[in-house]
Amino acid sequence: MTIPNPGAGSPDKEPASEAQAAQDALDNAERAETATATGAETATATPAAGKPVGKPAPGKPTEPEARPSLGQLFLANLWAANTVTVTVLALVLAIVVGAVLMIISDPEVLATYSYITARPADALNASWTLVSEGYANLFKGSVFDPEAFSGWLNGSNGWEPVLAPISETLTYTAPLVFTGLSVALAFRGGLFNIGAQGQATIGVILAALAGFLLPLPPVLHLIVAVLAGALGGAIWGFIPGILKARAGAHEVINTIMLNYIAVYFLSWLIVQKGIQDPGRTDAISRSVDGSAQLPRLLGDNLRVHAGILVAVLATWAVAWLLNRSTLGFELRAVGANPDAARTAGISVTRTYVLIMVFAGILAGLGGSNMVLGSTASALTPLVVAQIGFDGILVALLGRVKPWGVALAALLFGALQAGGNRMQSYSGISLELVTVLQALIVIFIAAPALVKAIFQLRAARAARLHTSLAKGW
Amino acid sequence: MEPGEIHALLGENGAGKSTLMNVLYGLYQPDEGEILVDGTPLKLKGPSDAIAAGIGMVHQHFMLVPVFTVAENVMLGAEQTRGGIGGFLDRRRARREVAEVSERYNLRVDPDAVIEDLPVGIQQRVEIVKALTREVDLLILDEPTAVLTPQETEELLAVMRSLKAAGKSIVFITHKLGEVKAIADRITVIRRGKTVGTASPEASRDELAALMVGRSVRLTVDKAPAQPKEPVLEVTGLVVDDDRQCRAVDGVDLTVHAGEVLGVAGVQGNGQTELIEAIMGLRPVLAGSVSLAGQGIHGWSTKKVLRAGVGYVPEDRSVDGLVKEFSVAENLVLDIYDRPPFGSGLALKPDAIAKSARERIEQFDVRTPSADAAVGTLSGGNQQKVIVARELSRPLKLFIAAQPTRGVDVGSIEFIHSRVIRERDIGTAVLVVSSELDEVIGLADRIAVMYRGRIIGVVGPDTPREEIGLLMAGITPDAATPENAATPTAATPDAPTAATTGDTTDGTTGPVGDPDGTTAGPATEGPVNEDKA
Repeated sequence: MTIPNPGAGSPDKEPASEAQAAQDALDNAERAETATATGAETATATPAAGKPVGKPAPGKPTEPEARPSLGQLFLANLWAANTVTVTVLALVLAIVVGAVLMIISDPEVLATYSYITARPADALNASWTLVSEGYANLFKGSVFDPEAFSGWLNGSNGWEPVLAPISETLTYTAPLVFTGLSVALAFRGGLFNIGAQGQATIGVILAALAGFLLPLPPVLHLIVAVLAGALGGAIWGFIPGILKARAGAHEVINTIMLNYIAVYFLSWLIVQKGIQDPGRTDAISRSVDGSAQLPRLLGDNLRVHAGILVAVLATWAVAWLLNRSTLGFELRAVGANPDAARTAGISVTRTYVLIMVFAGILAGLGGSNMVLGSTASALTPLVVAQIGFDGILVALLGRVKPWGVALAALLFGALQAGGNRMQSYSGISLELVTVLQALIVIFIAAPALVKAIFQLRAARAARLHTSLAKGW
Repeated sequence: MEPGEIHALLGENGAGKSTLMNVLYGLYQPDEGEILVDGTPLKLKGPSDAIAAGIGMVHQHFMLVPVFTVAENVMLGAEQTRGGIGGFLDRRRARREVAEVSERYNLRVDPDAVIEDLPVGIQQRVEIVKALTREVDLLILDEPTAVLTPQETEELLAVMRSLKAAGKSIVFITHKLGEVKAIADRITVIRRGKTVGTASPEASRDELAALMVGRSVRLTVDKAPAQPKEPVLEVTGLVVDDDRQCRAVDGVDLTVHAGEVLGVAGVQGNGQTELIEAIMGLRPVLAGSVSLAGQGIHGWSTKKVLRAGVGYVPEDRSVDGLVKEFSVAENLVLDIYDRPPFGSGLALKPDAIAKSARERIEQFDVRTPSADAAVGTLSGGNQQKVIVARELSRPLKLFIAAQPTRGVDVGSIEFIHSRVIRERDIGTAVLVVSSELDEVIGLADRIAVMYRGRIIGVVGPDTPREEIGLLMAGITPDAATPENAATPTAATPDAPTAATTGDTTDGTTGPVGDPDGTTAGPATEGPVNEDKA
């Protein structure tokens, strides 16, 4: 009798490690957001689900598999699933679902559907008009407005309206780059930084305080304010980092809790004497001095400011840090296999703390953009908007790689900018943009779903030998 | 297998016992050969086929849901419902079945107890009950005593006897000689995936140990006699706990000299892992000291230990040795990435890393498509060579290799062994830990045998394998040999009681009494030697 794999004591241990992996996947489902966890499980169950682009082939079945950590499973899934094809298809799907939502939420257009059997053209025309105008305004508001361009050509307006969409897009992009990098960096180190929102909030507070409390000369004032923002984020990242390293407290829980603390601290702080704007009774702080504001790049009429340059610099710095520095090497090793990293003499706990501090710095920079840039110059309870939470989506969409994150932030920034115009010109609620963002990420996190949908359509079309699927 | 027979399967770790049984249970598919049940060949596609054919298995690691009751666990996978489709679980019937089975075989299991509240021994019985309610005729017990206390083991043996009396056949997998002698009707010894012999329980421990450890082809390692110089690694009175806060290393003294290979032999799980991890600073040292070339290194960080000139090949390469997602080049600098020429300050030097990777790949014959390939795509042997290359490519005082050739093909084994010897010959102290006795004998200049957290003997490489095998089973030669030779009479009083009851006392007190040995001092010799009859 031949027994395969003699001498390897592993086979009887494999069921256990598989069970462990399954347990990890379960934990994953419990801890992570529903959408992402679904994706993680899909990838674990069917490694062939995503095209393994640039991903190591699965190890030999005879090898005892290393117990994959939460972060590892997540990253593996992300890379396996998030191919360019899937990203594009997810965008298409999100746009289609968004169109359906536009139609449903417009009472006039919806009314035409009540007699769709009698006069289908009415319903189709009304829907088409609504949807095409909506998306056209999204595009015009974020990328390029042909009317402004022709106006510039025949001299009825200056060059500024031509660049306005791009300027708006970049203004919204800058803070998202920072928070996206913050989340992505932590992911690469095996940590889930759900706390970018809180880190950005503390960052915005310290940046604003430095901006209106410190009387400093112009350039120095700006630098100090930006650094104060980074410091705020660093502090707020250090806390969950040290708790994780020293007490083993899970960073997801702690960062979420710290988000609350930061947000309510901000609400409390802005109504304090000396902070609140003396001329106002509502919750708004004094304005940041002009000397601490990021300079605008294209004149005072366009909002784009130097924050986007810092964002590009930060992207480059993070890319260098991850791939070309010893610290990045440690970080990636810890993220991919903390056991091996520890055995090789890397201090896992120290690395965890550093990861969270760096993530906090990035998120804090994103926060300082919100008050030193052009979107606001004073603290309000909503001054940081959702940049921290959007940063999670940006990081996922960008495949947790620095330049990918920058591109994803650009897409989200464009959606935000275009959403404003869509709201004012087509009357479509700005919230639709948020829904679109969420849909894109859900579809990306569930590649099997995207593929199933498209294959289903393809199969059906083939069976019927018709072009019924032309809508796709 | 005959009905009503207890057949023991004996062999070292990794000998293929569990694999064989997993094939029988349908978990793995055989590459060749066939399984005959009642004379007809059987194709098992999965455990359900095996259960249908009357084969049940109790795994080494229990497959129970901790928060369910005994009855719920027993019915899991074969749920009985009443009330048609979408009906209710018939808990009452499951409870009755558990009660019946437990009554019939005297298992004493409460159907309503929740699993996580039960001690391990009872949990194991739940597994047995589970198998029995599926009406199996052949029950496979995979190392059932590994997790049991002596009392629980004794009870398990009693249960096995009552099952046997009821006509069930049992395959009993173990590497503990005493239990085998106590209960088995027939013994098959497996080594390196082959049946090497069948013995009756009357066979002496020596014979069994010899069969188990074997005189298989020694993996020849060409080496000159060692020229040991000054001591490099000195371990004194080391005490270390394992992850469950149980004492794993209990006062180990060890010295490794420059230019010699000290092999640590022992059945896995006797503290070797913890010993090495403690030396490497991966595990806290509770008492005792570790010194490297006269300098105390206990309490140092792993990085500091590595920097002090210690090379370390961890026993589980996929967990501790490599970052599978990283490239071969990156793995080759995993513990020296921040030192010149690979890194200076904060910056990595990718060119230097790539250059050194190409050299190492060449020198150590790592078969990889490129230095940038992810290490997880390589074969086990080549992965191991990456680790060995990494550790041996800097000047060392001490080289520690734990299970250096586990799961590695023969070609790579020879290569790695020759590298280890070469390292010894340039004057490095080498510590090799392996549960493969062949490997230890082949490589080592001195062999320390570890048993239950202690070094119970240090012998030369020419010591007969049987003697080392006995040491690995916790039987010290100075206690065994004289008695064996001189006083056969000492054993005779026990001989007449060779019936079942007599055997029980022998068998259980022998190896199973060993846990007592660690707590109450080395008191194992007495009962053990009674087996020599």
